[in-house]
Amino acid sequence: MIKRTEFLSKVYGLANGHSLDVYEREVAGYATARNVLTSMTPQQVVDEAKKANLRGRGGAGFPMGVKWSFMRPHPTKPSYLVINADEGEPGTHKDRTIMEWNPHSVIEGCIIGCYAIGAHVAYIYVRDELHLSKARLWGAIAEAKAKGYLGATPFGKAYPVEVYVHTGAGAYICGEETALINSLEGKRGEPRLKPPFPAQAGVYGCPTTVNNLETIAAVPSAFRMGCDEFSKLSALHAINDGGFRLYGINGHVKKPGVVELGVGPTLNELIYDIGGGVTGDRKVMCVIPGGSSTPVLRPEETVDAPDEKSPLHAWHGKSVFDVPLGVDTMRGVGTMLGTCCITVLAEGTCPVLAMHNLMQFYRHESCGQCTPCREGGAWLLRTVDKLLDNNATMQELDQLHDIANNIMGNTICAFGEGTAMPALGFLKKFRPEFEAYVRGERNRKDATLTPS
Amino acid sequence: MSFALTADREQKLAELLTRYSTKMAACIPLLHLCQEQNGWVSPDVVDFVARKLDLPPAHVQGVVTFYSLFNQKPVGKHQVWVCRTLPCALRGAGAVLHQCEKKLGIHAGETTSDGKITLRTAECLASCGTAPMMQVDQDYFENLTTAKVDEILDRLRK
Ligand SMILES: Cc1cc2nc3c(=O)[nH]c(=O)nc-3n(C[C@H](O)[C@H](O)[C@H](O)COP(=O)(O)O)c2cc1C
Ligand code: FES
Repeated sequence: MIKRTEFLSKVYGLANGHSLDVYEREVAGYATARNVLTSMTPQQVVDEAKKANLRGRGGAGFPMGVKWSFMRPHPTKPSYLVINADEGEPGTHKDRTIMEWNPHSVIEGCIIGCYAIGAHVAYIYVRDELHLSKARLWGAIAEAKAKGYLGATPFGKAYPVEVYVHTGAGAYICGEETALINSLEGKRGEPRLKPPFPAQAGVYGCPTTVNNLETIAAVPSAFRMGCDEFSKLSALHAINDGGFRLYGINGHVKKPGVVELGVGPTLNELIYDIGGGVTGDRKVMCVIPGGSSTPVLRPEETVDAPDEKSPLHAWHGKSVFDVPLGVDTMRGVGTMLGTCCITVLAEGTCPVLAMHNLMQFYRHESCGQCTPCREGGAWLLRTVDKLLDNNATMQELDQLHDIANNIMGNTICAFGEGTAMPALGFLKKFRPEFEAYVRGERNRKDATLTPS
Repeated sequence: MSFALTADREQKLAELLTRYSTKMAACIPLLHLCQEQNGWVSPDVVDFVARKLDLPPAHVQGVVTFYSLFNQKPVGKHQVWVCRTLPCALRGAGAVLHQCEKKLGIHAGETTSDGKITLRTAECLASCGTAPMMQVDQDYFENLTTAKVDEILDRLRK
């Protein structure tokens, strides 16, 4: 069910909506951080945060409060909060709206987050291309500092907090949290082996929490209304997936954009009620539900959950497009919620060409550390290229599955899965179209990504 | 010829160093600062950064080659990046790129002969909801049409 909310987006589009004045006037900005710092202990903050059922908005969906609870003060080392605003997953365009239009929610979230985990410094890692986002964040930091909300004694409390913006330099892999930490330390953005996890050894080898930017921006709203109330905004509150989220809609829809909703709209609701339907009133061929690393769903697919104990049982036999989008519901239908920004592909689009486009991305962005990812990604791309040229055999088509399966689970970070899973999704769900290239019944010349 | 930062950028560097507990952490921000002044990361810049931050030049070189936004050779005065990734491609990124190539008479990856404009493709720039799009220097141009592309490039070439 569609439930529009305005916790983050209320100031979007207002004159000077990004300023401290408007933030304080419209949403009682910083009153929550003041309240938290002056009336709660860090342990109370973490306990309260757990009730929010706020699943990480960066892609993996890990519960934010639980992540905070992993932080243990180190006898000699400081702790750090790192905010991930590398937003580079193809199809993802939500964090940028928060930075440009509501940067103070991020800063207020950082103050609460730092206090909860025992950190005095937060770094916001923003991809370099987002110049306006960086400027808005720096502007917000300066305004908050001038008011005494940041610095040595925020809200008069002797708990120093500083927030810095740090920029990358064009590398998708730096969105992976350990690559991000390496990049923040001034190194090549190569992911690290886990364990140790950032909570044990993150920035400069110190205890570190990495939160996505939307995750931290939602924190002030959650604490303002009470984390239990926050969780109940969601249709999926009962399965621990709480709150509101920003939903992105892009690709072949009439009204693409970003909208804030209680967790749990369906794909059909996003496409038709929010997105205004498919361009040219075509049918939907498939949807990438949450960034390019998440396998596609087709409207013909139905939920198979005969077991009454399954969280998906209520939708047994229905189209996957009628299932509320949630971390566990999407896992249940064989894909991932990911970043919660959907890409719609209309009928008439060539799925082989779409996969080719994405494989170019993964080929380009692999950091090259792990052989299966570096070589496998290139091999996938070469083979799809041959297919499009009608130069691949049936055996080579089958080999694509083997290549993808040999990347899965054999790499340091999840980039490997991010390459292999969507590849396998396209291969499995569009087998006849791939075979048609082998047989010469389709060719590159007629293939399009923009059916008119 | 050795590279040196302008006085105001030197000051910026001093401020940068206060944000981190190691000098190495300033490596990427300092490289940005140098490139902003120099246009690209020349071997002199690598030496300069290595000296400033007490790092082996090989470390700095390794960083430079890892990140796609550091130019390893001189580029045009203006940078045009057309996003080519799927969500933009579904909404006409191909036509946008084609229009840029036609209008500038160069292919992606090349610089116009007057040294004014370097044209490149980019991977998803977090603007898929306003696709197709391109970035020109520090600015985003969204919901592009071929007419808009013409207008932007005309202004840039003046
Ligand atoms: C290849 C790759 C790219 C990623 N890119 C991003 C990103 O751009 N932004 C982000 O927040 N998380 C990204 N992540 C997820 C992060 O590793 C991490 O899980 C997340 O920042 C944690 O924040 P959250 O718990 O609030 O979601 C990426 C992960 C992988 C494997
Ligand atoms: S695909 Fe072009 S901005 Fe995302």
